[in-house]
Amino acid sequence: MPSSAAQRRVRAATSESRPVQWVLIGISLVFIAVILVLPLTTVFAEAFRRGPDEFLKALADKDAQAAIRLTLLVAAISVPLNIVFGVCAAWAIAKYEFKGKAFLITLIDLPFSVSPVISGLVYVLLFGAGSMLGPWLRSYGIEVLFAVPGIVLATIFVTFPFVARELIPLMQVQGTGDEEAAISLGANGWQTFWRVTLPNIKWGLLYGVLLCNARAMGEFGAVTVVSGRIRGQTTTMPLQIEILYNEYNAVAAFSLAAMLALLALVTLVLKSILEWRFGDELAATNGGH
Amino acid sequence: MKRTARLLAYAALAASLVLGLVVTAHARDRTLTNVSYDPTREFYREFNEAFAAHWRQQQGETVAIRVTHGGSGSQARTVIDGLEADVVTLALESDINAIADATGLIPDDWRGKFANNNAPYTSTIVFLVRKGNPKGIADWGDLIKEGIEVITPNPKTSGGARWNLLAAWAWARAQEGGGDETARAFVSELYRRVPVFDSGARGSTTTFVQRGIGDVLLAWENEAYLAIEELGPDAFDIVTPSISILAEPPVAVVEANAEKKGNLELAQAYLEYLYSAEGQALAAKHYYRPFRPDLADPEDIARFGEVDLVAIEAFGGWRRVQPEFFGDGGIFDQIYVPTGQ
Repeated sequence: MPSSAAQRRVRAATSESRPVQWVLIGISLVFIAVILVLPLTTVFAEAFRRGPDEFLKALADKDAQAAIRLTLLVAAISVPLNIVFGVCAAWAIAKYEFKGKAFLITLIDLPFSVSPVISGLVYVLLFGAGSMLGPWLRSYGIEVLFAVPGIVLATIFVTFPFVARELIPLMQVQGTGDEEAAISLGANGWQTFWRVTLPNIKWGLLYGVLLCNARAMGEFGAVTVVSGRIRGQTTTMPLQIEILYNEYNAVAAFSLAAMLALLALVTLVLKSILEWRFGDELAATNGGH
Repeated sequence: MKRTARLLAYAALAASLVLGLVVTAHARDRTLTNVSYDPTREFYREFNEAFAAHWRQQQGETVAIRVTHGGSGSQARTVIDGLEADVVTLALESDINAIADATGLIPDDWRGKFANNNAPYTSTIVFLVRKGNPKGIADWGDLIKEGIEVITPNPKTSGGARWNLLAAWAWARAQEGGGDETARAFVSELYRRVPVFDSGARGSTTTFVQRGIGDVLLAWENEAYLAIEELGPDAFDIVTPSISILAEPPVAVVEANAEKKGNLELAQAYLEYLYSAEGQALAAKHYYRPFRPDLADPEDIARFGEVDLVAIEAFGGWRRVQPEFFGDGGIFDQIYVPTGQ
């Protein structure tokens, strides 16, 4: 990170007059309160409107449990795969020179610029009953569309830029100096990766994983297209929330929504704990956000 | 840090493998998949329990029944795209025809395999208005008065919306001096008053009821009663127009799918049970007009308002109506001009 530039910017900011600082701080606080805190509180308030018993009952529901399991499963499959892909892609882009590199970066960004509905429809076209692949796979008993594999694929599609996008700038700034040193000291590729590269990028990686995980659990658009919304079978938490809401079952819908928000908060808390626990390392590697 | 990272990676890998196995093992129970349309959620939730109990008693086997809901047209689309439904219980015949035509999973002569043109229950289209009927809406003609906003879903994706349009058409045609020309003028005037098109009936109900948009909701009779039941009788009134449409939401076995899964008998029994005393009583309880009113609770039957019902045959049947009214370049495409552009 260009730390000298960052310091200069900080100094420029502190030269603003006091009132300007207050106004800026005030704006951000009010904005966060209205846009973030207020809706989140509403979710929890609505979930507990009829007391904790109703909240627990809503979560104990068979379909709700299936939705929670499916959401965790989808995240458990897509996040590790995206870590592997993200590290590979970032490594290739940051450390090598090759033809078509700019094109690869553009491709990685594609899921960000395409509407999730399209990301879902792509798989309907690829694996649907009217496609080439779908019936062929089906003849071997493999269901993709309207089953777990389709949901996982759509989720991977929409979440794959997160890890790579987080790592590429970090690795580019770090350059290849450390790795070259390690190799000249006799380390093999694998040792270099585990002992030099990974420690260097771990904070960026962690942040990418967090974002990736949050999106994987929360994705609605692409998943709704490929899921078929079979209750208790292919509805993830966001889909189940919408279904419940449409059934005038607001308490159950918001209970599940609160649960989803809590899952996201758990990952945030985990990150904070790690940051606090390894705060010194963080400052030393200078890779934090 | 190195050790921790490696451990974490292994743990994540193992966890995903185990979870994957658990889920595949889990999907082994005998399940029946019913692809249905939007407003049947409450009805089928209760009916499925009743049928599962009946089947357990008769055959000694436990079945899990999965249901999916959505706009009737988009539901048909998911079956065409490969969702392995054993039975479809949709809003209109042409959606089942679409599946039969596109995939051949349903035989062409499906209509007639069950009683009453495969419609165990029928419904009609009524108006849901705000409490006290502040705009004084009594019949179809009032809907095109100055300043009225009408809520109805998109006829391209929603079966209910197609019935809505046909009901309006039937009323206008039956007026003095009325014919297809005046009906067309009336319906296009009506659609000029629609501020938002949802893709399914339930979405429109939510728009009207929860978001408070519009003065009148053209709704399935059962959906209108349900909205009142769920959200309190102090917020809305139902207005039954003088003329409406006889909506026959049909059911069919998706024979090729059911046969492949060994569910043919089960699927057949499931749909037949809709015609049983219990099925008919449950339909009436959830505000569907049962095929056999004598089997239902008379108190439930007494709740339905008097209305002249026009059958789809008056339009020449769905095979004709679907392309003529709702196909690409059909009447709906000709009369509907999106507002605000």
